[in-house]
Amino acid sequence: MNVAGPIMALTLAERAKRAAKVAGQFADTVDKNGRFPQEGMDALKAERLMGLMVSPDFGGEGATLTQIADVCGILGQACASTAMTYAMHQIQMASLVDHAAGSAWHEKFLRRICEDQLLIASATSEAGIGGNLRNSICAIEVDGDRVRLEKDATVISYGANADAVMVTSRRHSEAAHSDQVATIFLKEQYSLERTAVWDTLGMRGTCSDGYLFKAEGPAEQILPKPFAEIAAQSMLAVSHLLWGALWFGIAADAVARAQSFVRSAARKTPGQTPPGALRLAEASSLLQLVKANVVAGLKQFENAKGEPDALNAMSFAVAMNNVKIGTSQTILTIINHCMLICGIAGYKNGTPFSLGRHLRDAHSAQLMISNDRILGNTSTMLLVNKQDTSLLG
Amino acid sequence: MIIDTVRNLLSKHGGIPVAVDQLADTDDLYDAGLSSFASVQLMLALEEEFDVEFPEHLLNRKSFASISAIAAALSEIVEDQEVA
Ligand SMILES: Cc1cc2nc3c(=O)[nH]c(=O)nc-3n(C[C@H](O)[C@H](O)[C@H](O)COP(=O)(O)OP(=O)(O)OC[C@H]3O[C@@H](n4cnc5c(N)ncnc54)[C@H](O)[C@@H]3O)c2cc1C
Repeated sequence: MNVAGPIMALTLAERAKRAAKVAGQFADTVDKNGRFPQEGMDALKAERLMGLMVSPDFGGEGATLTQIADVCGILGQACASTAMTYAMHQIQMASLVDHAAGSAWHEKFLRRICEDQLLIASATSEAGIGGNLRNSICAIEVDGDRVRLEKDATVISYGANADAVMVTSRRHSEAAHSDQVATIFLKEQYSLERTAVWDTLGMRGTCSDGYLFKAEGPAEQILPKPFAEIAAQSMLAVSHLLWGALWFGIAADAVARAQSFVRSAARKTPGQTPPGALRLAEASSLLQLVKANVVAGLKQFENAKGEPDALNAMSFAVAMNNVKIGTSQTILTIINHCMLICGIAGYKNGTPFSLGRHLRDAHSAQLMISNDRILGNTSTMLLVNKQDTSLLG
Repeated sequence: MIIDTVRNLLSKHGGIPVAVDQLADTDDLYDAGLSSFASVQLMLALEEEFDVEFPEHLLNRKSFASISAIAAALSEIVEDQEVA
């Protein structure tokens, strides 16, 4: 690998910033045309950032989730669609890295992801189920050492641009809705028949079209652990933390734009504090709340990592749900403050202070696994789970 | 017997699509269709029935993974409360 040398001499954050610079140049075009953020994703691959979490034994760098979150935060400041595409890919990576150990096929696949910098999509949402990750209608058909699967997938982000998809389904045709497995299918093993077009308010570059997904492949591509365990111990927490990190990034860039607006006003009227300055102070305090929320969640995750009991604890699930609710709600308030600070310059597209894209992208946060659904789950858990009242624990 | 009460409350609150007497004590309840919502309802019913409170360290998926796991968790709580 001739590019590996010079790249590896840089820190992860430096590599992420180089990719973010490219992604940022195309953010408005990607948003306007609702197209895949090809340039940003190509830059991430050129920086070899796709297989970071994979252990060095299989060709990765053994990065922690905290490091991946940092990359997501950096990308979120440049282009939210690139950041979300990258974050979703890493959610699949975390499931593979943590839950496919010992499976020969998956270990080989991890190696291939690192070598070829593959992009992995996810198909959990299903017609008739909505955002309830832990339920499937479709069932995988096992026929000797072959499997077949058909899924009416309502949303598969970057489905048309992915190299593989991780799909959830019932374990067999008689299995209960919650008795699920996750299977990796490679691009050449599936067909996608588009059933819905992703023409949305924001996150337009994720190209999250709906598809009738049909696949056939070897049975060994089913992940060895039940999806219930993968979801509880990895996917839910990792999703909320990486999403939280990139949502922080969107809000952080909005605050940066508002700050430069206030500063340029201050420079024009020395001795006078511009009217937006107070709101900026408020936005900055809210941004710090979002950051603290994500960082505390990451700390809790890293402490629990590798301990199934800690990851399965109700208090852990409550904490991760709270990261999602808190960040997804607060970024909207922050960006709205920034809009008030910048006024028409923020409302208009194509100015250095434009905030329309930020606001539209940020609106997806509360729908991406509906906050009402998550609050419902948390409220059930709080019927029995005692609150953690310690400051540091 | 704790286990009979567990079975009885599981059939009332578990919302499992199969009949509870078809399940072995060690069968995985989540595979059988126990949702996390139902597991909390079951936990509340057990707390009411045995007049106990599930402590934090037992509030995880494992404690509710099978009929025998629930019974074991309950015996632990009942014993602890008798000692206390
Ligand atoms: C940018 C983006 C990218 C995405 N990418 C993917 C992807 O790659 N793969 C994938 O599988 N999915 C993806 N999703 C889908 C996502 O994970 C959720 O499945 C989806 O956002 C939920 O869709 P919904 O609002 O139609 O459905 P539902 O979850 O059914 O919610 C519909 C409405 O019903 C209400 N509701 C439903 N159930 C409850 C409940 N139990 N309690 C309270 N209220 C409830 C909620 O208020 C909600 O507004 C993506 C979503 C977004 C926004």
